[in-house]
Amino acid sequence: MTDLPTRSIDLKNVLSASAPTADHSEGMSYLQSVPRRLVTLYLPLTIIVVVLLFPFYWMALTSVKPDEQLLDLDKYNPFWTWNPTFKHFHKLLFESYYPHWLWNTMYVAICATVLSIVASVFAAYAIVRLRYKGANLVGGLIFLAYLVPPSILFIPLATVVYQYGLFDSPLALILTYPTILIPFSTWLLMGYFKTIPFELEECALIDGASRWQILVKIVVPLAIPGLISAFIFCFTLCWNEFIYALTFLQSTSNKTVPVAIVNEFVDGDIYRWGSLMAGALAGSLPLVILYAFFVEHYVSAMTGAVKE
Amino acid sequence: MADVAIPRAKPQMSEASAWTQLKHNRNWLGFWFMVPAMAFLIFFLAYPLGLGIWLSFTDTRIGRVGHFVATENYEWLWDDSIFWLSVFNTLLYTFVASAFKFAIGLYLALLLNEHMPFKAMLRAMVLIPFIVPTVLSALAFWWIFDSQFSIISWSLKHLGLISQNINFLGDTTWARICVIFANVWRGVPFVAITLLAGLQTVSPSLYEAATLDGATRWQNFRYITYPLLTPIIAVVMTFSVLFTFTDFQLIWAMTRGGPVNATHLMATLSYQRAIIAGQLGEGAAISSAMIPFLLAAIMVSWFGLQRRKWQQGESND
Repeated sequence: MTDLPTRSIDLKNVLSASAPTADHSEGMSYLQSVPRRLVTLYLPLTIIVVVLLFPFYWMALTSVKPDEQLLDLDKYNPFWTWNPTFKHFHKLLFESYYPHWLWNTMYVAICATVLSIVASVFAAYAIVRLRYKGANLVGGLIFLAYLVPPSILFIPLATVVYQYGLFDSPLALILTYPTILIPFSTWLLMGYFKTIPFELEECALIDGASRWQILVKIVVPLAIPGLISAFIFCFTLCWNEFIYALTFLQSTSNKTVPVAIVNEFVDGDIYRWGSLMAGALAGSLPLVILYAFFVEHYVSAMTGAVKE
Repeated sequence: MADVAIPRAKPQMSEASAWTQLKHNRNWLGFWFMVPAMAFLIFFLAYPLGLGIWLSFTDTRIGRVGHFVATENYEWLWDDSIFWLSVFNTLLYTFVASAFKFAIGLYLALLLNEHMPFKAMLRAMVLIPFIVPTVLSALAFWWIFDSQFSIISWSLKHLGLISQNINFLGDTTWARICVIFANVWRGVPFVAITLLAGLQTVSPSLYEAATLDGATRWQNFRYITYPLLTPIIAVVMTFSVLFTFTDFQLIWAMTRGGPVNATHLMATLSYQRAIIAGQLGEGAAISSAMIPFLLAAIMVSWFGLQRRKWQQGESND
């Protein structure tokens, strides 16, 4: 079993079409006729992709529809609108705390991410390269920490946060988010650091470099792709986080986007669907834009966390 | 000469080591490097984890220090039908959603592994539901499943399939189906893309050899793809089960546990009891009750990981 030909995961191939094996699989595909491929491949794929993307289309459409078209499905075709309006976005940006919430989310996400990445770089380097006594055990414990979900921790953390006097302050989130991020990014960076050849460090040690210099001048520059992956993935996780933000923050102006939209935009029975969807869309856009630029890094972060 | 020089050199060595030990000994150095990460994990993860279990044995409320009440919270929960309903809901939600996520995710991964135009763009698009914050997409589903203005009801009515609007989130069965659907929708991209990464490690020459030997497409999948993919499937599904089991935000944004507690999961129930009703002790007992289930999932992950290594031909380092 062990000598089955396997290849290591090449992250670029997960997304790019030009896999090195292209010619091989091309060689097999003549076995399938075009009509057959239409039914077995393109049809199910189209259905799945349409279902996966429809909520976003619906979100975007709702956010630009005028109010009367939103609630009257018989007079207007609900799948399209000929007179889009930016009223809902205008309301969002100028008549609510939305810019404030966006800023809070960004601020918390960036601070928590930077803190976690710095701590993870040290920890991952120590576990992989210093190999101190018990390094493997600590590595295993960090993996276990990755598996502890926030839904178990939020009640005791609420009391801890309250005791430390951090309740209703962004600092509460900045300090608690790293518990989600550090295990993940340490695990990811450990994988990256393992790929850096030992010889480079040995040369530097012989030249009299300290461990600190090795880390800053050799290991970190070589692990930049891994750092970017860890950074954007952590950022996404922070942006996505809900239960801590819901529990630890109280005043309207301090909230983060996900919590604020759920709590502040739903008033009684008259749902403000237009502005609700506009808020959801505006809250997702920063992440989607980030994603568009770093698709490969996202995939490497996702598969890296599972792979190691 | 030599045996005179050695005793002289020794005291100098040990004198220097007091300070240099802290700087150069790899155990001490490792310790210093671990301090920031460990500080976070101990103060905000390990300590609260212990505190949570302790709280579950007290009658703490918000704004009042609790007293030790032994297992009273658990005894109370034992007779609480809403708690058992939430356990049932959580198990149902986890099993059904994970099964669908696995089936559709694997199918989608196999489809995406084929050759076709716009492959890279398709793969990038598939992952979008995973990127967008869960709460925000849950709101979109809330609107799609609205009782009066649901686009699904409208379409079905115009197709002549139903005559009345479906009360998606107001009916217990429909509400469960809707939240499970939303969860599957969000989880499929993750499963698909990670399994796709696993699929690409399978060498195509295996399929060629099998096809030459007369293997059908199903046999190709059953005897090549599936065995080589099991390790990664084990890990992905453990994560998926774990995060589905402890899900909170999707439910909270869509139904808040309603109608008649039909979609209350253990996490949402513990939030309701602990934060909204203020019974921290009871809420902590509910969330502590999740721990045995999570341990079971972690054990599965552990054995899945161990199996992986030899299957990929790596040494067990």
